[in-house]
Amino acid sequence: MKNKLNVSSDGLKNSMNVSTNWLLKRFPLSKMWNDHMAQYYAPKNFNFWYFFGSLALLVLVNQIITGILLTMNYKPDAKLAFDSVEYIMRDVDWGWLIRYMHSTGASAFFIVIYLHMFRGMIYGSYKKPRELVWIFGMLLFVCLMAEAFMGYLLPWGQMSYWGAQVIISLFSAIPVIGEDLSLWVRGDYVISDATLNRFFAFHVIAVPLALIILVFLHIIALHEVGSNNPDGIEIKESKDPWGHPVDGIPFHPYYTVKDLVGVGVFLFFFATIIFYMPEMGGYFLEHANFIPADPLKTPEHIAPLWYFTPFYAILRAIPDKFMGVIAMGGAIVVLFLLPWLDRCKVKSIRYRGGIFKKAFVLFIISFIVLGYLGTQPATPGYTMLARVFTAIYFGFFLLLPLYTPWEKTKPVPKSVTHEKTAMEDYSALVDTFDKMTVKQDPIKTSWGSTVTPVKPDAAGIKNVLIQLAKKLKESLD
Amino acid sequence: MTREVVDKSKRQFLTTALTVVGAVGTGYLAVPFISQMQPSARAMAAGAPVEVDISRIEPGQLIRIAWRGKPVWVLSRTPEVLEILEKDTAKLADPNSKDSDQPDDTSNSYRSIRPEIFIAVGLCTHLGCSPTFRPEIAPNDLGDDWKGGFFCPCHGSGFDLAGRVFKSVPAPTNLVVPPYRYITDTQIIIGEEPKKEASA
Repeated sequence: MKNKLNVSSDGLKNSMNVSTNWLLKRFPLSKMWNDHMAQYYAPKNFNFWYFFGSLALLVLVNQIITGILLTMNYKPDAKLAFDSVEYIMRDVDWGWLIRYMHSTGASAFFIVIYLHMFRGMIYGSYKKPRELVWIFGMLLFVCLMAEAFMGYLLPWGQMSYWGAQVIISLFSAIPVIGEDLSLWVRGDYVISDATLNRFFAFHVIAVPLALIILVFLHIIALHEVGSNNPDGIEIKESKDPWGHPVDGIPFHPYYTVKDLVGVGVFLFFFATIIFYMPEMGGYFLEHANFIPADPLKTPEHIAPLWYFTPFYAILRAIPDKFMGVIAMGGAIVVLFLLPWLDRCKVKSIRYRGGIFKKAFVLFIISFIVLGYLGTQPATPGYTMLARVFTAIYFGFFLLLPLYTPWEKTKPVPKSVTHEKTAMEDYSALVDTFDKMTVKQDPIKTSWGSTVTPVKPDAAGIKNVLIQLAKKLKESLD
Repeated sequence: MTREVVDKSKRQFLTTALTVVGAVGTGYLAVPFISQMQPSARAMAAGAPVEVDISRIEPGQLIRIAWRGKPVWVLSRTPEVLEILEKDTAKLADPNSKDSDQPDDTSNSYRSIRPEIFIAVGLCTHLGCSPTFRPEIAPNDLGDDWKGGFFCPCHGSGFDLAGRVFKSVPAPTNLVVPPYRYITDTQIIIGEEPKKEASA
C-alpha cells in the first residue's frame, strides 16, 4: 500500500518535471524569474519611500480589474450614462463596492505616484544612469492624467461635463489650429454623446494599453541600470567574489516579502476610505457630480479633482488665456527635463548642499499651496498668491542649472549606511518622552499594582524643542 | 564557382523605396483614421439653424434656447438698459467689439440688429462656462459698480448686457454673437447668415 503511494507520487513528480522541461525549452520562464526577481539585486537599505513603486502596480491592477467589471454595466451614451452609474450603485450586486474601489483607486493612484515621484526627487533617482527610467515614469504620469481626466467624464454628472468643457477649451487657446483641434477632440460643437463615447474608448482601451506598455518599459529600464537607494550610491561598483553587489540583496524573497507588509498597511487605509468616506468630503468624488450633466447651466464653482489642482492653479494664475495654457503644460515639461536641469553629481539629498535642500522644501510647499488654491474660487487675493507660488514652482527648476554645478556637497559614503530599525526608533521615542517629563512618587492602585505617574516638564519640553529646531536647521545645511 | 557579391547600393535603393512607399501608404491610411474623429454628418445636421418666436418675450426677460447644443440667449432689453449700454463704456475692454466675434450687422455698441433684442452664445470666451444672468443693479455680491450683466462663476469674468467683457478679467473677448436674421417682425432664425451677406 505504502509502496504504491510512493510510486504514484514519484510518477507525479516525474511528469511535472517533464512538462516543466518542455516549457523551459520553449520559453525563458526561469531566466525571466531570475533576471527580475530571484537574481535581481536591490540595495539593502531601501526605506519607507520605496514601497510606492510596488503599490502603484497594485493600484493599477485594482483599476484594471474593477474597471473591467464596471464596463459590464456602464453605458457610454449621453442619455444612459448617468443612470447606468446609479444603477451600478443601487441595483447591481456589490456594484457600489466595485465603483468605489475604482473611484477611490483613482485618487490612491495619484497619492502613490506623487509620493513615488517625491522619492525619486529626494534621492536623485532621475540622475545618470537612470534618466530614461525617469522619462518613462513621466510619460506614465502624463498617461495617468489623461486616463483620469477622460474617466471623470464617464459618469456624465455636472462636474464631468463642465470640467471637460473647461479642459477641452484649453486646446482652443492654441493660435491658428486651436478651434479645429478642440472640435476634433470633441467630435461635436460642444461636449456631447460623441465626446462621451470616444472618451470611453480611450479610457478603457487606448490609454490603459499605453500604461501597461510604459510600466513594462519603466521596469525593464530600471532593471538594466539597477535601483537607486537613499544614499544615492551605485551598489554595482563593489561586488563580492560571486559577482553580486556587496550592498545588494535579491529582490525575491527579501523585497517581495517586505512589500507585502506595505501592501497590508496600504490596504488598511484604502479599505477605510472605501467603506467610510468614499467621497472624501468632495475631494475624491465631487458633490456637483451627483447632478446629471446640463449643457445649459454651469455649476456655481468648478474645480478639478484634487490631483489636478496644482496645475489648474498655475493655469488660472496667468492672466492671459494662451500663456496660461503654456504655463500649465510647462509645469509638466520642466519635470521631464529634471535630469538635465540638475547638474549636481551627488544624487541623494542626504549629501547635497543646503541651497538645494532649501529650494526643494520651497518647491514642495509651493506644490501643496498651489494644490489648495486650485480647489478654491479665484478671488483676487488667492490669484496673487497663486502667482507667487507659480513663480517659486518654476524658479526651483529653472535655477537648478545655475547653482547645482557649484553646490557644496558632503562626502558620499562608499557603502550604504545603516538604516534605523523600528526598535531603535522606539527607544529614541522613549528617551525623548523621559526628557520631557518628570517622574512622580509611585502610587499603589486599588487593584494592587504600582504605577509611576509622570508630569510634563516645561524645561524639558523646551530643551527637546530647541534640540529639534537645531536638528531641523542642521538638516537643511 | 564565384561567390555572390552583395550589391549594397541596389539593396539601399530598395530599402529606401520601400520606406517611402510605406510612409505614403501610412499617410493615406491616417486620413480616414483621423477624420473619423471629426463631427459626423449627424452632428453637423444638428447644427442646423433654429427659429425663435420673440413676440412673447417680456421686456427685461431672457430666454435660453439650444443651438448646436450650446446655450443661446435671447434677451429683450428695456430703454433704460440701452441708455446704460450707451454711456457706461469706461470699464469695458473692447467697447466697440473690434477684437470680438460677431456678424458684421451686429458690430455696433448694442451688438445686435435691433437694439432691444440681444442674441448671444451663452458661453464665456475664457474656458466655456455658461455665465449667469444678473440684470439687477448693484447687488450685494457684485458691488456697487454693477449695472446689470452676465457673471461667470467659474473664473470671475463679467460682461455687460451687450455681452461686452469688462477690463482685467480672464475672458479675452466679448461674448460671441451667432449669425441670425429676422424672417418676420417677430421671427428670428439663428445660425443663418443674413441674406445680403450670403449674396455678397
